[in-house]
Amino acid sequence: MIVAERKTIPEMVEILKPHKKILVLGCGTCVTVCLSGGEREVSIISSALRIASRIQGLNFEIAELTIERQCDNIFIEQAAEAIQKADAVLSTACGAGVQAIAERYPQKPVYAGLNTTFLGILEERGVWTEKCAACGACVLHKYGGICPITRCAKRMMNGPCGGSREERCEVRKDRPCAWQLIFKRLKDINQLERLKEIEPAKNWNSSLSGGPRMLIREDHKI
Amino acid sequence: MNNNFEPKIVAFCCHYCAYAAADLAGSGRLQYPPNIRIIRSPCTGRLEIDFFMKAFEAGADGVLVAGCEEGSCHFKEGNYLAKRRVNTTKQLLLEAGLEPERLRMVNVSAASSQKFVEYVRDMVETVAKLGPTRNKKTTTKEKTGAI
Repeated sequence: MIVAERKTIPEMVEILKPHKKILVLGCGTCVTVCLSGGEREVSIISSALRIASRIQGLNFEIAELTIERQCDNIFIEQAAEAIQKADAVLSTACGAGVQAIAERYPQKPVYAGLNTTFLGILEERGVWTEKCAACGACVLHKYGGICPITRCAKRMMNGPCGGSREERCEVRKDRPCAWQLIFKRLKDINQLERLKEIEPAKNWNSSLSGGPRMLIREDHKI
Repeated sequence: MNNNFEPKIVAFCCHYCAYAAADLAGSGRLQYPPNIRIIRSPCTGRLEIDFFMKAFEAGADGVLVAGCEEGSCHFKEGNYLAKRRVNTTKQLLLEAGLEPERLRMVNVSAASSQKFVEYVRDMVETVAKLGPTRNKKTTTKEKTGAI
Protein backbone atom coordinates (compact mmCIF):
# COMPACT_ATOMS: atom_id res chain seq x y z
CA MET A 1 0.00 0.00 0.00
CA ILE A 2 0.99 3.64 -0.39
CA VAL A 3 1.95 5.13 2.98
CA ALA A 4 1.58 8.84 3.67
CA GLU A 5 1.85 11.23 6.60
CA ARG A 6 -0.25 14.24 7.45
CA LYS A 7 1.20 17.69 6.89
CA THR A 8 1.08 19.89 9.97
CA ILE A 9 -1.97 22.11 10.50
CA PRO A 10 0.09 25.35 10.20
CA GLU A 11 1.43 24.08 6.84
CA MET A 12 -2.11 23.38 5.63
CA VAL A 13 -3.36 26.77 6.87
CA GLU A 14 -0.54 28.51 5.02
CA ILE A 15 -1.41 26.68 1.79
CA LEU A 16 -5.15 27.36 2.13
CA LYS A 17 -4.95 30.99 3.28
CA PRO A 18 -5.98 32.58 -0.06
CA HIS A 19 -9.23 30.59 -0.12
CA LYS A 20 -12.49 30.62 1.79
CA LYS A 21 -14.61 27.63 0.77
CA ILE A 22 -12.45 24.58 1.17
CA LEU A 23 -13.25 20.95 0.52
CA VAL A 24 -11.19 18.47 2.53
CA LEU A 25 -11.34 15.44 0.27
CA GLY A 26 -10.37 12.07 1.70
CA CYS A 27 -9.49 8.83 -0.04
CA GLY A 28 -10.89 5.49 1.09
CA THR A 29 -8.06 3.26 -0.07
CA CYS A 30 -4.33 3.23 0.91
CA VAL A 31 -4.34 6.37 3.06
CA THR A 32 -7.35 5.09 4.98
CA VAL A 33 -5.46 1.90 5.82
CA CYS A 34 -2.35 3.83 6.91
CA LEU A 35 -4.59 6.12 8.99
CA SER A 36 -3.55 9.38 7.38
CA GLY A 37 -6.22 10.48 4.90
CA GLY A 38 -9.43 8.48 5.26
CA GLU A 39 -12.86 9.57 6.46
CA ARG A 40 -11.83 9.74 10.11
CA GLU A 41 -8.66 11.71 9.39
CA VAL A 42 -10.63 14.10 7.14
CA SER A 43 -12.93 14.79 10.07
CA ILE A 44 -10.00 15.37 12.46
CA ILE A 45 -8.11 17.60 10.01
CA SER A 46 -11.29 19.58 9.27
CA SER A 47 -11.92 20.18 12.98
CA ALA A 48 -8.33 21.32 13.49
CA LEU A 49 -8.56 23.63 10.46
CA ARG A 50 -11.85 25.14 11.67
CA ILE A 51 -10.32 25.83 15.08
CA ALA A 52 -7.15 27.31 13.52
CA SER A 53 -9.26 29.38 11.12
CA ARG A 54 -11.36 30.90 13.91
CA ILE A 55 -8.31 31.64 16.06
CA GLN A 56 -6.55 33.34 13.15
CA GLY A 57 -9.72 35.01 11.81
CA LEU A 58 -9.46 33.36 8.40
CA ASN A 59 -13.17 32.50 8.01
CA PHE A 60 -12.60 29.17 6.32
CA GLU A 61 -15.80 27.36 5.36
CA ILE A 62 -14.80 23.75 5.40
CA ALA A 63 -16.72 20.89 3.84
CA GLU A 64 -15.74 17.23 4.15
CA LEU A 65 -16.07 14.32 1.77
CA THR A 66 -14.31 11.00 1.35
CA ILE A 67 -14.52 8.97 -1.84
CA GLU A 68 -13.48 5.37 -2.42
CA ARG A 69 -10.43 6.15 -4.57
CA GLN A 70 -9.07 9.48 -5.73
CA CYS A 71 -6.84 7.92 -8.39
CA ASP A 72 -9.84 6.62 -10.34
CA ASN A 73 -12.11 8.77 -12.51
CA ILE A 74 -15.18 6.66 -11.76
CA PHE A 75 -14.94 7.57 -8.08
CA ILE A 76 -13.83 11.16 -8.68
CA GLU A 77 -17.20 11.76 -10.35
CA GLN A 78 -18.89 11.24 -7.00
CA ALA A 79 -17.08 14.30 -5.67
CA ALA A 80 -18.04 16.55 -8.63
CA GLU A 81 -20.71 18.58 -6.84
CA ALA A 82 -18.64 19.15 -3.71
CA ILE A 83 -15.57 20.13 -5.76
CA GLN A 84 -17.61 22.59 -7.87
CA LYS A 85 -18.92 24.30 -4.73
CA ALA A 86 -15.44 24.73 -3.23
CA ASP A 87 -12.89 27.45 -3.96
CA ALA A 88 -10.09 24.97 -3.36
CA VAL A 89 -9.60 21.30 -2.57
CA LEU A 90 -7.31 19.96 0.13
CA SER A 91 -6.81 16.36 -0.88
CA THR A 92 -5.74 13.86 1.74
CA ALA A 93 -4.88 11.24 -0.88
CA CYS A 94 -1.43 10.18 -2.02
CA GLY A 95 0.36 12.26 -4.65
CA ALA A 96 -1.32 10.25 -7.41
CA GLY A 97 -4.78 11.03 -6.05
CA VAL A 98 -4.06 14.74 -5.68
CA GLN A 99 -2.87 14.91 -9.30
CA ALA A 100 -5.84 12.90 -10.57
CA ILE A 101 -8.22 15.43 -9.01
CA ALA A 102 -6.16 18.38 -10.31
CA GLU A 103 -6.15 16.95 -13.85
CA ARG A 104 -9.89 16.37 -13.77
CA TYR A 105 -10.58 19.91 -12.52
CA PRO A 106 -8.07 22.15 -14.31
CA GLN A 107 -9.72 25.38 -13.05
CA LYS A 108 -9.71 24.34 -9.41
CA PRO A 109 -6.73 24.74 -7.04
CA VAL A 110 -5.99 21.32 -5.57
CA TYR A 111 -3.51 20.98 -2.71
CA ALA A 112 -1.91 18.03 -0.95
CA GLY A 113 -2.73 17.61 2.72
CA LEU A 114 -0.33 14.68 3.09
CA ASN A 115 3.28 13.90 2.37
CA THR A 116 3.36 10.66 0.39
CA THR A 117 6.26 8.70 1.81
CA PHE A 118 6.65 5.12 0.59
CA LEU A 119 5.22 1.79 -0.58
CA GLY A 120 5.04 -0.44 2.44
CA ILE A 121 3.15 -2.69 4.76
CA LEU A 122 1.68 -2.59 8.24
CA GLU A 123 4.47 -4.20 10.28
CA GLU A 124 2.61 -4.09 13.58
CA ARG A 125 -0.21 -1.97 15.01
CA GLY A 126 0.75 1.65 14.32
CA VAL A 127 4.01 0.82 12.53
CA TRP A 128 4.44 0.89 8.74
CA THR A 129 7.67 -0.02 6.98
CA GLU A 130 8.94 0.48 3.46
CA LYS A 131 9.17 -2.66 1.33
CA CYS A 132 9.21 -1.61 -2.31
CA ALA A 133 10.94 1.17 -4.24
CA ALA A 134 8.88 0.53 -7.41
CA CYS A 135 12.15 0.28 -9.39
CA GLY A 136 10.38 -1.30 -12.33
CA ALA A 137 12.56 -4.44 -12.58
CA CYS A 138 11.87 -6.72 -9.63
CA VAL A 139 14.77 -8.78 -8.28
CA LEU A 140 12.99 -10.30 -5.30
CA HIS A 141 13.29 -13.82 -6.74
CA LYS A 142 17.06 -13.64 -6.39
CA TYR A 143 17.10 -12.52 -2.77
CA GLY A 144 14.62 -14.80 -1.04
CA GLY A 145 11.83 -12.26 -1.28
CA ILE A 146 13.73 -9.50 0.57
CA CYS A 147 14.47 -6.41 -1.47
CA PRO A 148 18.06 -5.17 -1.16
CA ILE A 149 17.18 -2.00 -3.06
CA THR A 150 14.52 -0.90 -0.61
CA ARG A 151 15.62 -2.47 2.63
CA CYS A 152 19.40 -2.08 2.43
CA ALA A 153 20.31 1.55 3.15
CA LYS A 154 23.24 1.27 0.72
CA ARG A 155 21.30 -0.67 -1.94
CA MET A 156 23.98 -3.40 -1.94
CA MET A 157 23.20 -5.99 -4.61
CA ASN A 158 26.13 -8.39 -4.02
CA GLY A 159 26.37 -9.07 -0.34
CA PRO A 160 26.46 -7.05 2.87
CA CYS A 161 28.51 -3.92 3.38
CA GLY A 162 30.08 -5.32 6.55
CA GLY A 163 28.95 -2.45 8.70
CA SER A 164 26.02 -4.11 10.42
CA ARG A 165 26.16 -4.72 14.18
CA GLU A 166 24.07 -7.35 15.94
CA GLU A 167 21.99 -7.85 12.79
CA ARG A 168 21.15 -4.13 12.69
CA CYS A 169 21.82 -1.72 9.84
CA GLU A 170 24.65 0.69 10.55
CA VAL A 171 22.81 3.53 8.82
CA ARG A 172 19.45 2.97 10.53
CA LYS A 173 20.08 1.20 13.83
CA ASP A 174 16.35 0.73 14.38
CA ARG A 175 16.08 -1.38 11.21
CA PRO A 176 17.40 -4.90 10.59
CA CYS A 177 20.28 -5.46 8.15
CA ALA A 178 18.62 -6.51 4.88
CA TRP A 179 21.52 -8.79 4.03
CA GLN A 180 21.23 -10.59 7.35
CA LEU A 181 17.58 -11.20 6.48
CA ILE A 182 18.42 -12.28 2.93
CA PHE A 183 21.06 -14.76 4.17
CA LYS A 184 18.70 -16.27 6.76
CA ARG A 185 15.84 -16.52 4.31
CA LEU A 186 17.92 -18.10 1.53
CA LYS A 187 19.32 -20.57 4.07
CA ASP A 188 15.81 -21.47 5.24
CA ILE A 189 14.63 -22.17 1.68
CA ASN A 190 17.88 -23.96 0.68
CA GLN A 191 18.84 -21.37 -1.91
CA LEU A 192 22.13 -20.11 -0.48
CA GLU A 193 23.74 -21.06 -3.83
CA ARG A 194 22.08 -17.99 -5.31
CA LEU A 195 24.52 -15.78 -3.42
CA LYS A 196 27.37 -17.12 -5.57
CA GLU A 197 25.86 -15.45 -8.62
CA ILE A 198 27.28 -12.00 -9.27
CA GLU A 199 24.59 -9.43 -9.90
CA PRO A 200 25.68 -6.95 -12.56
CA ALA A 201 25.15 -3.23 -12.09
CA LYS A 202 21.45 -2.52 -12.10
CA ASN A 203 19.88 -0.76 -15.04
CA TRP A 204 17.87 2.05 -13.47
CA ASN A 205 16.13 3.03 -16.73
CA SER A 206 12.99 1.24 -15.60
CA SER A 207 12.96 3.30 -12.40
CA LEU A 208 12.02 6.95 -12.01
CA SER A 209 15.56 7.81 -13.11
CA GLY A 210 14.41 6.96 -16.65
CA GLY A 211 11.69 9.63 -16.48
CA PRO A 212 7.97 9.36 -15.64
CA ARG A 213 6.72 5.86 -16.33
CA MET A 214 3.53 4.60 -17.90
CA LEU A 215 1.91 1.25 -18.45
CA ILE A 216 -0.04 0.52 -21.63
CA ARG A 217 -2.15 -2.59 -21.94
CA GLU A 218 -3.32 -2.85 -25.55
CA ASP A 219 -5.59 -5.76 -24.62
CA HIS A 220 -7.56 -3.51 -22.28
CA LYS A 221 -7.69 -0.37 -24.39
CA ILE A 222 -10.95 0.61 -26.03
CA MET B 1 -7.65 35.55 34.46
CA ASN B 2 -11.26 36.58 34.09
CA ASN B 3 -12.97 36.19 37.47
CA ASN B 4 -16.42 35.84 35.91
CA PHE B 5 -15.30 33.16 33.50
CA GLU B 6 -17.03 29.81 34.04
CA PRO B 7 -15.27 27.22 31.89
CA LYS B 8 -17.28 24.65 29.97
CA ILE B 9 -15.54 21.32 30.27
CA VAL B 10 -16.60 18.10 28.57
CA ALA B 11 -15.73 15.06 30.69
CA PHE B 12 -15.61 11.72 28.91
CA CYS B 13 -16.01 9.20 31.73
CA CYS B 14 -15.55 5.45 31.53
CA HIS B 15 -18.66 3.52 32.58
CA TYR B 16 -16.65 1.12 34.73
CA CYS B 17 -14.70 3.61 36.83
CA ALA B 18 -14.88 7.40 36.51
CA TYR B 19 -18.62 7.46 35.80
CA ALA B 20 -19.23 5.24 38.83
CA ALA B 21 -16.89 7.47 40.87
CA ALA B 22 -18.87 10.54 39.78
CA ASP B 23 -22.06 8.71 40.74
CA LEU B 24 -20.59 7.80 44.12
CA ALA B 25 -19.51 11.41 44.63
CA GLY B 26 -23.14 12.40 44.12
CA SER B 27 -24.41 9.73 46.51
CA GLY B 28 -21.84 10.80 49.07
CA ARG B 29 -22.91 14.44 48.60
CA LEU B 30 -19.42 15.53 47.67
CA GLN B 31 -19.39 18.93 46.02
CA TYR B 32 -17.54 19.69 42.82
CA PRO B 33 -17.77 22.60 40.36
CA PRO B 34 -20.74 22.35 37.97
CA ASN B 35 -18.53 23.27 35.01
CA ILE B 36 -18.22 19.75 33.68
CA ARG B 37 -20.64 18.01 31.33
CA ILE B 38 -20.22 14.28 31.72
CA ILE B 39 -20.49 11.95 28.73
CA ARG B 40 -20.48 8.28 29.63
CA SER B 41 -18.37 6.00 27.48
CA PRO B 42 -18.29 2.18 27.62
CA CYS B 43 -14.49 2.45 27.92
CA THR B 44 -12.00 5.27 27.33
CA GLY B 45 -10.62 3.01 24.58
CA ARG B 46 -13.81 3.82 22.64
CA LEU B 47 -12.87 7.50 22.57
CA GLU B 48 -11.29 8.73 19.39
CA ILE B 49 -9.19 11.77 18.56
CA ASP B 50 -12.16 13.01 16.56
CA PHE B 51 -14.36 13.10 19.68
CA PHE B 52 -11.95 15.39 21.49
CA MET B 53 -11.49 17.61 18.44
CA LYS B 54 -15.26 17.88 17.93
CA ALA B 55 -15.70 18.93 21.56
CA PHE B 56 -13.12 21.70 21.13
CA GLU B 57 -14.54 22.66 17.74
CA ALA B 58 -17.99 23.04 19.32
CA GLY B 59 -16.53 25.49 21.83
CA ALA B 60 -15.50 23.45 24.87
CA ASP B 61 -12.96 25.27 27.02
CA GLY B 62 -11.51 22.00 28.20
CA VAL B 63 -11.87 18.25 27.82
CA LEU B 64 -11.29 15.80 30.66
CA VAL B 65 -10.86 12.13 29.90
CA ALA B 66 -11.34 9.94 32.95
CA GLY B 67 -10.49 6.27 32.67
CA CYS B 68 -9.64 3.33 34.89
CA GLU B 69 -6.44 3.09 36.88
CA GLU B 70 -3.58 1.88 34.70
CA GLY B 71 -3.53 -1.89 34.70
CA SER B 72 -7.17 -2.26 35.70
CA CYS B 73 -9.09 -1.44 32.51
CA HIS B 74 -12.25 -3.54 32.23
CA PHE B 75 -11.26 -4.22 28.63
CA LYS B 76 -7.58 -4.72 29.50
CA GLU B 77 -5.96 -1.92 27.50
CA GLY B 78 -8.60 0.67 26.64
CA ASN B 79 -7.15 3.30 28.97
CA TYR B 80 -3.69 2.87 27.44
CA LEU B 81 -5.19 3.44 23.98
CA ALA B 82 -6.94 6.55 25.28
CA LYS B 83 -3.71 7.83 26.84
CA ARG B 84 -1.92 7.67 23.48
CA ARG B 85 -4.86 9.27 21.66
CA VAL B 86 -4.99 12.09 24.22
CA ASN B 87 -1.27 12.73 23.71
CA THR B 88 -1.72 12.79 19.91
CA THR B 89 -4.66 15.19 20.26
CA LYS B 90 -2.56 17.52 22.43
CA GLN B 91 -0.11 17.86 19.54
CA LEU B 92 -3.00 18.59 17.14
CA LEU B 93 -4.41 21.24 19.50
CA LEU B 94 -1.01 22.88 19.67
CA GLU B 95 -0.82 22.92 15.86
CA ALA B 96 -4.33 24.38 15.64
CA GLY B 97 -3.45 27.11 18.14
CA LEU B 98 -5.08 25.89 21.36
CA GLU B 99 -3.26 25.17 24.63
CA PRO B 100 -2.69 21.41 25.03
CA GLU B 101 -3.35 21.82 28.77
CA ARG B 102 -7.03 22.15 27.89
CA LEU B 103 -7.08 18.39 27.38
CA ARG B 104 -6.20 16.06 30.22
CA MET B 105 -6.49 12.39 30.99
CA VAL B 106 -6.85 11.14 34.56
CA ASN B 107 -7.22 7.66 36.03
CA VAL B 108 -9.70 6.95 38.81
CA SER B 109 -11.20 3.78 40.22
CA ALA B 110 -14.95 3.36 40.76
CA ALA B 111 -14.41 3.73 44.53
CA SER B 112 -12.35 6.94 44.32
CA SER B 113 -15.11 9.54 44.48
CA GLN B 114 -12.94 11.97 46.47
CA LYS B 115 -10.16 11.62 43.90
CA PHE B 116 -12.64 12.28 41.08
CA VAL B 117 -13.81 15.45 42.80
CA GLU B 118 -10.19 16.61 43.22
CA TYR B 119 -9.43 15.93 39.55
CA VAL B 120 -12.49 17.92 38.45
CA ARG B 121 -11.60 20.85 40.72
CA ASP B 122 -8.03 20.84 39.46
CA MET B 123 -9.14 20.69 35.82
CA VAL B 124 -11.63 23.56 36.29
CA GLU B 125 -8.92 25.60 38.00
CA THR B 126 -6.41 24.92 35.18
CA VAL B 127 -8.88 25.86 32.43
CA ALA B 128 -10.09 28.92 34.37
CA LYS B 129 -6.47 30.11 34.55
CA LEU B 130 -6.08 29.58 30.78
CA GLY B 131 -9.23 31.62 30.15
CA PRO B 132 -11.95 31.09 27.52
CA THR B 133 -11.05 29.14 24.41
CA ARG B 134 -9.91 31.35 21.55
CA ASN B 135 -11.97 29.14 19.27
CA LYS B 136 -15.27 31.00 18.95
CA LYS B 137 -18.57 29.16 18.86
CA THR B 138 -19.46 27.20 15.75
CA THR B 139 -21.77 29.00 13.36
CA THR B 140 -24.85 27.23 12.09
CA LYS B 141 -23.47 27.30 8.54
CA GLU B 142 -20.72 24.89 9.38
CA LYS B 143 -21.00 21.21 9.78
CA THR B 144 -20.38 20.08 13.33
CA GLY B 145 -20.06 16.66 14.84
CA ALA B 146 -22.53 15.52 17.48
CA ILE B 147 -21.32 15.81 21.03
